[in-house]
Amino acid sequence: MIRIYKPNRDNLNTSLSIGLPIIALAFIDFFGNTFLNTNLTGFLPNSLSYFFPLIAGALGLYFIRIEYSGIRILDNFNKNVNSTTFNAVLTLLIIFIFFKYTPPLLNWLIFDADFVGSAKEDCTSGGACWVFVKVWFKRFMYGMYPNPEQWRINTAFFILFVLIGAAFFVPPKYKKYIILFMLFIYPIIGIKLISGGIFGLKWIETGAWGGLSLTLIVSAFALILCFPIGMFLALGRRSELPAIKYSSIGFIEIWRGVPLITVLFMSAVMFPMFLPDGTYMDKLMRVVIAITLFEAAYMAEVIRGGLQALPRGQYDAAKSLGMGYWRLHLLVILPQALKLVIPGIANTFLALVKDTPLIFVVGLLELAGMIGLAKTNPKWLGMAIEGYVFAGLVFWVICYAMSRYSQRLEKKLSTER
Amino acid sequence: MNLKNFKIDLKNKKRLIPQVLTISFIIFVIAYFSYNAQINMGNRGISFGYGFLSQEASFDITFSMIDYDGSYSYGRAFLVGLLNTLLVSIIGIILCTVLGVTIGIGRLSQNYLIAKAAEWYVEIFRNIPLLLQIFFWYYGALRLLPLPENAISFSDISYLTIKGWYVPKFIWTNFSIFLSSVVVSIFAIFYVFNYAKKQREEIGKHVPAGFISLGIIIILPMITFLVGGVSLNFQYPELNQLSDTVYNFKGGVSIIPELISLALALSMYTATFVAENVRAGIEGVGKGQKEAAASIGLTRGQILKLVVMPQALRIIIPPTTNQYLNLTKNSSLAAAIAYPDIVLVFAGTALMQTGRAIEIISITMGTYLFLSLTISVLMNSYNKKMAIKEK
Repeated sequence: MIRIYKPNRDNLNTSLSIGLPIIALAFIDFFGNTFLNTNLTGFLPNSLSYFFPLIAGALGLYFIRIEYSGIRILDNFNKNVNSTTFNAVLTLLIIFIFFKYTPPLLNWLIFDADFVGSAKEDCTSGGACWVFVKVWFKRFMYGMYPNPEQWRINTAFFILFVLIGAAFFVPPKYKKYIILFMLFIYPIIGIKLISGGIFGLKWIETGAWGGLSLTLIVSAFALILCFPIGMFLALGRRSELPAIKYSSIGFIEIWRGVPLITVLFMSAVMFPMFLPDGTYMDKLMRVVIAITLFEAAYMAEVIRGGLQALPRGQYDAAKSLGMGYWRLHLLVILPQALKLVIPGIANTFLALVKDTPLIFVVGLLELAGMIGLAKTNPKWLGMAIEGYVFAGLVFWVICYAMSRYSQRLEKKLSTER
Repeated sequence: MNLKNFKIDLKNKKRLIPQVLTISFIIFVIAYFSYNAQINMGNRGISFGYGFLSQEASFDITFSMIDYDGSYSYGRAFLVGLLNTLLVSIIGIILCTVLGVTIGIGRLSQNYLIAKAAEWYVEIFRNIPLLLQIFFWYYGALRLLPLPENAISFSDISYLTIKGWYVPKFIWTNFSIFLSSVVVSIFAIFYVFNYAKKQREEIGKHVPAGFISLGIIIILPMITFLVGGVSLNFQYPELNQLSDTVYNFKGGVSIIPELISLALALSMYTATFVAENVRAGIEGVGKGQKEAAASIGLTRGQILKLVVMPQALRIIIPPTTNQYLNLTKNSSLAAAIAYPDIVLVFAGTALMQTGRAIEIISITMGTYLFLSLTISVLMNSYNKKMAIKEK
């Protein structure tokens, strides 16, 4: 075939009038098979009939692969998806797979799914049973937190979102104060609002917390705390004082060498043995400390990468201005180093958020844990897929938004031209 | 005390004080914790020690690669857990490498559709917590598989059911002869490659080492089948009727659903990171390198093999080893779906039975730490060897 006929500019019209109908035939056969349940090529042997769309499509694409045809659409098409026979086959495969599997998926997710009702029996149409998520929604969001008190969680998060929004829109002069307030004062207010025990608010023990709100609380506290610890560890690892250097290295390597789940096990069963008899530390607090120390070790390595990437001249210049260790690092080195490693910091934060479901090992049930609980409810058996798809979607939105924001921040702060 | 050194240190009070403070803080914390631990253990009437490892474990493990039942010791149970951890990690590492390299190359494809599809794979699977993916496969997707009587059959050799994947069992005779022939051929291949390198560097002669070694690894073990008395039989899984409605497969090897879902989730999740490493590595090779290679007349395949890959691998391998380590550590999530890995068997069941929190958690963490540090040390020496030696 390749020797006999080579599509090129001279036989443009012939090639197109051979190629396009063959492609059309391939697609008609494919769509007939997928959507109309008719096999146009049924007269061919079984396997040949099955692969007919692919073979015919590849053949047709060969005929329209014309270099410098002068038709812009065709040139772009050939360049992007039809540059070689191999690429053409892959293109066809992707198109076919997409059209074959997307409709059933959408049907299951949306068109055949049940949204109204209040029990499993209301799900009759064969698609996803979103009634499950609807009925359990409050549990998925707030865990076992008592219903009449849930406004407190809502208020706490509402204030947080207002503060974040304010930080974006106020003039830069006040931005600093809002961020400082958000990092140092607001966490205390928020936690008091949710846990209660003061100002006439009912005390709600941390065992009742759960759902997505717990995911966010744990991640937020660990995020705020792990950053400064990681920074000190990174500086410690680069210190000239051997005692500080080697203890930092030891700390970082030990935490980085073990899985988070064993650290959580440790905080659950081993840590109480290390406290004086009779003292009790709240389970949630132990978990937050464990996650914080664990992620701080990773954060330290990321920040160290930034410190190492800075040219020696920055240190020398700052020293020649008479700056001491702390002024040099806080004013000159760290701002530049941190800017360099924004992607790494964002990845560590993302890892932290994705790690929060692990707190199930100590019996705290955040979003994934609550779904695990709901799916074992005798009235709602067989709802695992719906539950985990929902949780996956929620986590995906959070993580994707974070990674997009970090990419934007990286671009905005980049001073390279 | 060496007075001379002491004087110098006194001069550097600024250097001394923070160090003394750090060390005394660490010593204080350790001392305080161990003091409390001693009192607490005394109150509960247990004494610190690793002697329990030789006691009878008296619990069963659902999946084991070595002989094990309740009458074996805790030490043996630990070994079973460790082997299971290594098994799922190795399967995961192989799968995630294949998938990750494919997708990483796909992201660089000139084909717009392929590049987009690969990009979305990465964006989707990277941003969903691994634990959720494991749960999805285990509680969701794999529960949709048919019962044994309606098993999905792969040409009647292996069967996929809700209870696991049944594959034929290999029954060897004279396996040791076969194994030694494989070992011998691996050594022979090393020799061939060394010889080929020497020939190329000294005489400039090209020895087709790849084909020769392919021949060795196929022909040598084949000979053992023909003359060495080695033979291989398969025991196929067969459907067995236990009662009117209950069926089960007998014979063959059963790969439990816990292992399947764990390996799938681990490899699909880690593949996204491997793919990004591969992409970064290939993109990191300068365009000038490829152009220079093309201008001295190398073909596309040669450019990839001789110019791009050696340089890209230097960028790809260190972060990818890190991902392998992460995968191994993440395999501890097995505990969530009751796959009997080291965490579930040892830090779960054994801890519950003996109550020896400090000993057991320290052994478990120590094992992971040992694995991580060993690989780090190997990695560092590899990096040093591979680093570009600038003249």
